[in-house]
Amino acid sequence: MSVWAAIVWRDLRIAWGQGGILLPLVFFLLVATLFPFAVGPDGPLLARVGGGALWMAALLAALLPVERLIAPDATSGVLDQYVVRGLSDEGVAAAKIVAHWLGFGPPLLIAALPAAVLLRLDGDMLLRLELGLAIGTPALAALGLMTAALTQGLRGAGALAGLVMLPLAVPLLIFGAGGLGDQGMGALKLLGATALVLTAIAPFAAGAALRAMRD
Amino acid sequence: MPRLAFDRVACLRGGRLLFEGMSFALAAGDAALLTGPNGVGKSSLMRIAAGLLRPGAGTVTREGGMAFAGEQAALDAALPLGRALGFWAGLDRVNADDVLRGLDAMGIANLAQVPVRMLSTGQRKRAAIARVIAGSAPIWLLDEPGNGLDLAALDRLGAAMETHRAGGGIVLAASHQPLGLDDAREIAL
Repeated sequence: MSVWAAIVWRDLRIAWGQGGILLPLVFFLLVATLFPFAVGPDGPLLARVGGGALWMAALLAALLPVERLIAPDATSGVLDQYVVRGLSDEGVAAAKIVAHWLGFGPPLLIAALPAAVLLRLDGDMLLRLELGLAIGTPALAALGLMTAALTQGLRGAGALAGLVMLPLAVPLLIFGAGGLGDQGMGALKLLGATALVLTAIAPFAAGAALRAMRD
Repeated sequence: MPRLAFDRVACLRGGRLLFEGMSFALAAGDAALLTGPNGVGKSSLMRIAAGLLRPGAGTVTREGGMAFAGEQAALDAALPLGRALGFWAGLDRVNADDVLRGLDAMGIANLAQVPVRMLSTGQRKRAAIARVIAGSAPIWLLDEPGNGLDLAALDRLGAAMETHRAGGGIVLAASHQPLGLDDAREIAL
């Protein structure tokens, strides 16, 4: 098994062991369950705003695991051991993004199915939501890891993480929710472009943060 | 041939100069023991040697793979010791036999099935050294390897370092206690 695959596998195993995969999922479904209680059981209204609510839920669910992405490995010396073995910080960050997405993206795509039923989304809307989430979750995972690297070791890192990550995720939210409309293809293309940019810069930003943290 | 050389290395931490003009070279079979009072920069020098810190000035030359045992054991607390070491063995491209050899050398082969979180401080330290032994890297960087070890474990550590040097390895250790490196060069900070 290659070194990078071993790191991805280790991170996935730890995420599973600590409930890092199930917790965001439960949170996401909980929001989908609570939303009809808040706005009332009006089917057409739910169908109209439900997709946007699910994007919000996905965004907040992405914030939940941020604290356990980097900090435990930094304090236990695991990141140091990677460096001593000559692994680049960017490579480690990229492997961690892949692992984080694998534990976050596909489960969220599956959870979106029952959530869509709860919010009375029709088939077309569900398809566009799934498409948008498939494009957007890699960027959410990358942003989460970048935020984790940037806030690692700071006091109140959890609260700070939200302040760092959510503004950067605004374009994803706009284009993701925009892609739910009838003329959504254009928004989805923009979502793809935004996601690509965020996913591409995140390993470098996170790698630089990891390096700065050691000095 | 492995080689580790410092050339006029200086270390700045938080705007304070810890040491400067540090020069030494270690070749195959060499060992150096880093000594000095607390806070003088022993750990910083080890981290510079390991590539974890950038030197404030000067250059560090490394030829050959490195194994580093620092303050933290870097072992997954939830896993049995054998599997926690197995992860690093995979990264070091060695196999399960090497892990066993490391565990055996530190006298903790019987703990392979025990979760890391149940281990005592000394056992964890032994496990970290076992990883270094198993990794088969030619350059060993040991930061306070004797901390928390009992006399029997210290003997085992001494024997392991002896074997490593006899096989052409390099040992750089920071310690405030004797480690059984008889003919090692002493670098006093």
